[in-house]
Amino acid sequence: MVSFILRRILVSVLILLAASFIMYMLTAYSSDPLADLRQSSSLNKEKLIQNLIQTLQLNVPPPIRWFLWLGGAAKCLIPLANACDLGSTISNAQVVDILPQAIQSTVQLVTGALVLAIMLGLALGIITALRQYSGLDNVVTFTSFFLFSLPSFLVAVLLKEFVAIGFNNYLEKPEIAIWVIIIIAVVLGLIVQSIIGGDGRRRLIVGGATTVLSAIVLYAISLSGWLLHPGLGPIGIFILAAGIGVGTTALIAGLRNRRALITAGINVVVAMVAYFSLQGLFDVSSSGTLVILGIVTVIVGLVTGFLMGGYDRGQSIRVGAITAALSGGLVLLDRFMQSWTTYFSDTNGRPLATVGFQTPNLGGDVWVSGIDTFTHFLLPTVALLLISFASYTRYARAGMLETMGQDYVRTARAKGLPERTVVIRHAFRNMLIPITTLVAFDVGALLGGAIITERIFGIPGMGSLFYAGLLRGDLNPVMGYFIVIAGMAILFNFLADLAYAALDPRVRVR
Amino acid sequence: MSDNNPVTLSTETVLADSKPPESQGRLILKRFLANKVAVGSLILILVIIGFAISAIGLGPIPGWWKYNYTGLNDQVNGGTPTLSILPKWLGGTGFQVGEHPWGQDRIGKDYFAMTMRGVQNSVLVMVIIGLMATVIGVFVGAIAGYFRGVVDAILMRITDVFIVIPALVIGSVVGHAVGGFGAATLAVMLGFFTWMGIARLVRGEFLSLREREFVEAARVAGASDARIIFRHILPNALGTVIVAATLIMASAILLETALSYLGFGIRPPDVSLGNLISSNQSAFQTRPWLFWWPAFFIVSLALLVNFVGDGLRDAFDPRHRRFKLRRMQEERPSLAEDEQVRAGDDDDIIDAGAK
Repeated sequence: MVSFILRRILVSVLILLAASFIMYMLTAYSSDPLADLRQSSSLNKEKLIQNLIQTLQLNVPPPIRWFLWLGGAAKCLIPLANACDLGSTISNAQVVDILPQAIQSTVQLVTGALVLAIMLGLALGIITALRQYSGLDNVVTFTSFFLFSLPSFLVAVLLKEFVAIGFNNYLEKPEIAIWVIIIIAVVLGLIVQSIIGGDGRRRLIVGGATTVLSAIVLYAISLSGWLLHPGLGPIGIFILAAGIGVGTTALIAGLRNRRALITAGINVVVAMVAYFSLQGLFDVSSSGTLVILGIVTVIVGLVTGFLMGGYDRGQSIRVGAITAALSGGLVLLDRFMQSWTTYFSDTNGRPLATVGFQTPNLGGDVWVSGIDTFTHFLLPTVALLLISFASYTRYARAGMLETMGQDYVRTARAKGLPERTVVIRHAFRNMLIPITTLVAFDVGALLGGAIITERIFGIPGMGSLFYAGLLRGDLNPVMGYFIVIAGMAILFNFLADLAYAALDPRVRVR
Repeated sequence: MSDNNPVTLSTETVLADSKPPESQGRLILKRFLANKVAVGSLILILVIIGFAISAIGLGPIPGWWKYNYTGLNDQVNGGTPTLSILPKWLGGTGFQVGEHPWGQDRIGKDYFAMTMRGVQNSVLVMVIIGLMATVIGVFVGAIAGYFRGVVDAILMRITDVFIVIPALVIGSVVGHAVGGFGAATLAVMLGFFTWMGIARLVRGEFLSLREREFVEAARVAGASDARIIFRHILPNALGTVIVAATLIMASAILLETALSYLGFGIRPPDVSLGNLISSNQSAFQTRPWLFWWPAFFIVSLALLVNFVGDGLRDAFDPRHRRFKLRRMQEERPSLAEDEQVRAGDDDDIIDAGAK
């Protein structure tokens, strides 16, 4: 194992070196950093050009300059020495200084998109696999083909030019037309009945109930102007949290497991108590307080699950933690919604942002700035998410069908396990193994795709750094970008290999 | 069938009745043609290509459309599309094409001609990248998989070097360097950076095929390495190659349009579907038709090519459908048997069954 890891690291470093050389040569020979200056009309043009040649060492031929650059970059590997040197940009800023801020924006964007894509993609893939050849399956299959064929810049432009602006215009008079309500409600009903499955009667009842219920909710939203003054209120939180508790128990432990159900119930009650008692604390909270509260919430969930225990303690603990986290999230969501009106007026009634990663000069507490981050990252994240979402759905569906056909699943069924246990414990967990490889590839694709999304939404991340650098012939930021991207791609591939070996006992590393 | 010896008799009957066995190629073709979506997509692609080429012509040959993609024209009706398909009885003006059916851009260029030029360029880039990637990928993969050992290690590490750089990043750098030289040059250069997937696939196929008896037989008969690679193994790996090449073509369209959108691909005055969108982006609120037509063609081309690729995969590799077969076996035994007999011609299915 150790020799495998060492060999892999050695090979990875060599690959990174070779790739960076190719990248350096291509960029150096394809662009001219002096082009801007040559066309300038300033009097000390010659002197400026000489200065730039000095700072960027342009008189050294690129292959040799690569070694100089590499020498500086190699210093980054010395821990704690702080001697990192990735060269400077044309405007004489150190790449090392501008890189961390850019990495932060991009990582925020890519992480959100990746996590959401994995969760939604897996959920949809599993559902369509379990309801193979249903109407929903066919629609999702076609949609994922469509998403495969949708370039990310098209989605981003569409979201920015039509959705963002359209939604902001819509908020001036937020009424939902009757026919829109009917269409949405009917579509929801159709989706839910397809997920539920079973015989015609059951489908009809569930689908019909969903349709009616969602129509009523939508009508109430439209009538009360909820989009301008959103909030859940204690009743809303209670209903939703109870739903989460029952749903989590049903998925993880089954409703027959009374102890797990009681665990979920306790956590819902705790969330309600927290809702009433914490409002005062929320008003003076900082993001640090929220992190502490979040940790406390999960611990409460774990502890209640542990204490309730029962014959399968692990199940109760999982149910407790998930219910606690989700219903705690509801309480937070409600508090964010309370600040929506403030944010709405701060942005002159156009909350959905199209440019940048924060509203300039926006004061306000953690809630308002939280909403601000949300409105700025929502659309870029969606645009990025759609790139990889379709492939997760396809792979999850294929993987689930594959595992559901395995002998151990038949054995599990034969020994009388409920279908829920078979799906969640036997099939689902084994289906996840090959997905690890997909995640590794996907990180690279998402980081590349971020170039486009960041450019369209004006987010100053690594993609923007690369784009601007390449346009100006600015070699060092391009290389700084590259070394981070390629490093991450290699790292994730390596991690995927290790995870694969750890998860699948059939795989042996040599 | 007689009662005393049914088995022999039925075999004889079958032998007497059966036509000569169908070749692998014909079977694949039949399976592909049975896939309505894939065949429909292929026809639609050809129709779109034919339409785009005949409308504005190719190179010096003029097409049937009266405008070209560079000429400036007077603004007709503020540049709004003159195409109307809504019949009179629905409140429209009946079918009419008008001066500029898909409208004009800000400076009065005919948008129909520009979009058609964009389609031509996208298809050109798609085909060239597909060919380049296939040729290089097959070459590298075949040599690595056939000779194994040191050759394999070196070639695969080189492949890894290229894989590390995301396609869009290397594409931007390459496009920045050669984008000004036209679509064909751009495509050829991009082809040098898109072959890695095919190389890996072909290597995998070769690694397993080279152990088979027919390769041994060829070697004993004295065939040279080149002959074994190209005449014996490669035809057996053709399915994988063709499917992968099709799927690469679909992503090539997306890559080209994305690069052109960023300004690193095909550049004005030449037209690409991507740069149509980027150069008119600021006008979408007032002139949405400038967005819809290029967007429609990008998505349609990529979608149709993906459908064809999927159909080819099903045709070449019936294993891909084994879940369907299993379900059919449960539900309709007679049909499943029929399926198995048909699939029995293809020895791959036996491997899949044994798994």
